[in-house]
Amino acid sequence: MLADLVVAVLFIVYAISVLMGFGTILTWVERKQAAVMADRIGANRAYIRIPGTQVKLVWWGLFHGMADGLKMLVKEDWKPRTYDWYAYAVAPWVVFTPVLLVFAVIPFGGMLTPAKLFAPLAAWFGDKSYPMQIANLDGGLLIIFAFSGMTIIGAMLAGWSSSNKFSLLGALRAGSQMISYELVLGLTVLGLILVYGTVNLDEMVRHQSGTVLGFLPAWGIVYQPFAATLFLTAAIAENKRIPFDLPEAESELIAGYYTEYSAMKMGLFMFAEFIEIAIIGALFTTLFLGGYNLPFMNDGGFAFPGGATLGMPHGAVVVTQLGVFLLKVFVMCSFQILIRWSLPRFRYDQVLAFAWKFLFPLALANLVVTAVVMWALGK
Amino acid sequence: MTKRTFVRKRYWNEPEMGWYEKAYLPEILRGLAITGGVFLRNMAKWMTGKKGALTTYYPEETRWDYARGNRGKHVLVQRPDGSPQCIACNLCATVCPAKVIEIEAAFDPADAAHPKYPARFEIDYSRCVFCGLCVEACPEDAIRMEKEVPAFPSPDRHAMWLSKEELLTWKPARDAAKPYPPRPEGAKDRP
Repeated sequence: MLADLVVAVLFIVYAISVLMGFGTILTWVERKQAAVMADRIGANRAYIRIPGTQVKLVWWGLFHGMADGLKMLVKEDWKPRTYDWYAYAVAPWVVFTPVLLVFAVIPFGGMLTPAKLFAPLAAWFGDKSYPMQIANLDGGLLIIFAFSGMTIIGAMLAGWSSSNKFSLLGALRAGSQMISYELVLGLTVLGLILVYGTVNLDEMVRHQSGTVLGFLPAWGIVYQPFAATLFLTAAIAENKRIPFDLPEAESELIAGYYTEYSAMKMGLFMFAEFIEIAIIGALFTTLFLGGYNLPFMNDGGFAFPGGATLGMPHGAVVVTQLGVFLLKVFVMCSFQILIRWSLPRFRYDQVLAFAWKFLFPLALANLVVTAVVMWALGK
Repeated sequence: MTKRTFVRKRYWNEPEMGWYEKAYLPEILRGLAITGGVFLRNMAKWMTGKKGALTTYYPEETRWDYARGNRGKHVLVQRPDGSPQCIACNLCATVCPAKVIEIEAAFDPADAAHPKYPARFEIDYSRCVFCGLCVEACPEDAIRMEKEVPAFPSPDRHAMWLSKEELLTWKPARDAAKPYPPRPEGAKDRP
């Protein structure tokens, strides 16, 4: 019992530190990548001086994130004279918390058997093994949709309680946009559920470690390339980033629904956005890119298409899976940042028309085709 | 009142999009390929130790391609004996649009040809706009501008003043100043 608790706490600490780490690093990655894309140098002036010496650690500007955080902490926490201070105070947390909770059901590694990892632990753990995931729930995907739908409430609360017309406009835009794209997001994943026959994320990843057509890795993106594109589009729209950043369009609405927020409350909104980039990356990795496994890899090692197998010790498997998951998530984050710095913003009517007249019918068509094919294959 | 239907104005340079452009996705992918290609190219440069940016990394780096006629730093012309040719008439300080020149005149009765000389001649480079009007205004050809730039910037703006001693470091052999009468005996020694 105690052993289970220790493992659970370890997983939670790991997951939270990964998310916070991604949130902090991505603020830097976003600036630096945008700079490199535009032939610039990017943030590189913040440094930490080793006390008592003249040695300045610049580290390619990595400390700019820390400088930003410090700045937000010591800024004046200005509040509007709003009649709904409770909603105003609660809104950033309503945006921030569900984003963290979504990660609870995402598997970041395969089975962990502590006894096989370190021999002295065998007396304590026996031959128990744990899936590397905070909560291995059967309805994992549904939990994700339930929680990610909650961020709309936070955005609406923030916009309404600020009693500012820009905020209210931003909140209305956020509400209609996120509800529209939530629908598309759900429909694109339905095809995947038909293929895998489960909504348990860990089982989905296990399903992807095999092969399809004899040589391709059985990743979701191979089964459903179309759905993967639609999913990524809808997910970026869910996260309210360019080209879908209408709720917070600076040139139109100042900062949209969090115009009236300052200091760390505003920082929470920003931080939630950056963590959500990582969450979208993790979700896309889990659903479409084979999760924590390399191609043809499973918990025992590699099983190549030709029939050749390559066994790996348990420790190597665990380290590889953790590393591969982080790498895939990072690549997906980088891709989202590439999109954000390449495409211009839509008009607001275009955003909604894009969702309802383009993505929605395509997602439906994808679902119908998948269903027919699955029926024809007799599954 | 009759209801008029809205007719959208057609512009002469309206983009003509075929089905390929209207499909949107291929063009998006093309755009992403361009920006991603630039990113990878610059990243490869950074990784191999070259500079992948067009930016000049200013205080550490200065541009190599200053114009041939660049006017970056003032110099005070000297007489053959090393004293400044300046007669402290204050014309340059008067014409200066940024008001960066400060001159304190002094009197030397022993030098009958130019009894007035600058005891202090300082230029504040934190405000200088390098327009060259001081050079135009000088009746004695005592101040000129040369191509080099002073080794600024500095985090302390009081460190951005150049004094007379620093302005007098320019000693061209070829352009020795006009022939002046030799210095009279007993004239004050002017650094």
